[in-house]
Amino acid sequence: MENLELLVPELFLFVWALLVLMIDLFSSKRSAEVPAYFSMAGLVITGFLMVIFQHGGGALWNGIFVADHFAFFFKIIFLGAAFFAVGSSFGVVGRMSHHRGEYFSLLLLSTVGMMFLASAKELITLYIGLELTTIPLFVLAAYIKTSRSSAEAGLKYMIIGAASSAVLLYGLSIIYGLTGTTSIYQVTINLSIHWLAYGDVGPAFTVAMMMIIAGLVFKLAIVPFHMWAPDVYEGAPIPITAFLSVASKAAGVVAFARIFMGMFIAFSSNIMAPRDWGSIVALLAAITMVVGNITAIRQTNIKRLLAYSSIAQAGYIMVGVVAANTLGIASISFYLFAYLFANMGAFAIVAIFADRTGSEQISDYAGFAKSSPVLAAAFSVFLLSLAGIPPLAGFLAKYYVFAAAIQAGYTWLVILAVLTTVIALYYYANVIRLMYLTPDTNPHHIIPSFPAGMVVILTVAGVIVFGILPQSILELALNAATSFAF
Amino acid sequence: MELMHYLTLSAILFSIGFFGILTRRNAIAILMSLELMFNAVNINLVAFNRFINPGEYVGQIFAIFVVVVAAAEATVGLAIIILIYRNWRSIDADRVNLLKW
Repeated sequence: MENLELLVPELFLFVWALLVLMIDLFSSKRSAEVPAYFSMAGLVITGFLMVIFQHGGGALWNGIFVADHFAFFFKIIFLGAAFFAVGSSFGVVGRMSHHRGEYFSLLLLSTVGMMFLASAKELITLYIGLELTTIPLFVLAAYIKTSRSSAEAGLKYMIIGAASSAVLLYGLSIIYGLTGTTSIYQVTINLSIHWLAYGDVGPAFTVAMMMIIAGLVFKLAIVPFHMWAPDVYEGAPIPITAFLSVASKAAGVVAFARIFMGMFIAFSSNIMAPRDWGSIVALLAAITMVVGNITAIRQTNIKRLLAYSSIAQAGYIMVGVVAANTLGIASISFYLFAYLFANMGAFAIVAIFADRTGSEQISDYAGFAKSSPVLAAAFSVFLLSLAGIPPLAGFLAKYYVFAAAIQAGYTWLVILAVLTTVIALYYYANVIRLMYLTPDTNPHHIIPSFPAGMVVILTVAGVIVFGILPQSILELALNAATSFAF
Repeated sequence: MELMHYLTLSAILFSIGFFGILTRRNAIAILMSLELMFNAVNINLVAFNRFINPGEYVGQIFAIFVVVVAAAEATVGLAIIILIYRNWRSIDADRVNLLKW
């Protein structure tokens, strides 16, 4: 009998998600507050349970489910993103007439899927984790039933999500056919043996690798597989957009890292130049940074602006993935950690603003600094962190990603990345200029609700503290990178 | 019957499904095309299991999981299509185009 203690955090959060449903059913107070606070408590408790049960590491069922430092680090990011998403959901869920508990329950279930995904070292588990993550998100994207754009976002996300996972699955099935196993560790060994024996792994392997890259890159919204992202991000409820842009993206990165760093690492470098996935991903990263940033400039809707900005951010993350060394993994881990605070914070402000004014237009932010100076200052901090301005966390994140890529020899990619950062600064600064330098045509003195205000305070603190004192997180990130054998 | 026959069938099914997603306008037809793609994967998995390592069941177990996930996805998909119908009185995917750049 295996020792199931390792699974306690996941099982706890799963049971808690069902409890949230029950509580909503039986609570006499018909409001969003009861299930929301209950969900937040559950996420915090899960975090503590992880420190107790998974910090020491371990593996279950011959390494199908592993609790290494990498999984630990990313689970913290998932829990954090879910916590902030729940915290900024009070407004949007409060306006719904019913199905409030289901909203939070689905959010928690999606988080459980991500946690399984982070720990999966076997292809079936990895795939199930990925589906557990995305299927609740299809529902959440379409959650505002009376809104046409929300329904459209759900339809688009569902079709694209299912099609990309079918492509991914086809690639995984070929990998299974080539190696006769689904354990990532065993796949690496079998492929290496084959390669040593024949000096090649054959064209089927290339096809499988391409399909896996295409499937995962769809989930990450990397150009040219990004068309769905702005539409879905615009249509979905704002907290869900935030969750999609941070947690779902981090989940895609985890799957990418598990498969490519874990499985194909032996085939990455110069040994097998024609099958070098690194240069393919480098190319995708380059296109993504350029297209994402340039398209963001002409957006008029703040959610769409942040959507394109998050596409561009995924490009920077890919720069770290391309590096495929210890510093690369550590840098993308740190990047996503910094991105978690900045992006969740930015979306929290957008949610507060939309809750009060009902507007998502960038032009409506004119003079925001005069009427709500604190919120405007916080929004500026988030945007500057996303742009990578020191001393905020986003700057260090970009710095380490670029350093890792240079160490791996992708200097051209880093030069391009720095150039696109300048473009990014333009459209982030444009919003800040609008808030501070234009006259206030339509003053909104906004005082956020307690949970939304708490989310803003926590994320601002995260962006600033981890920008100035990144030591502890960097150590955790470097630890996470040791989970992979380079 | 050799492995190649099954793989060819699977590749053809997958391509038909993919083509269907790109060209179909009816949301239900898109959903059916998705199912074709998942079933192509299942044929692949079961055939590999039968011909590559018949002693084990990994491929078949994988296929069962894929069936379950595809069913869940179809359920959610149909629910979303009903939502689309309620909002638009149509399930023509081309008409669902409120959001664009």
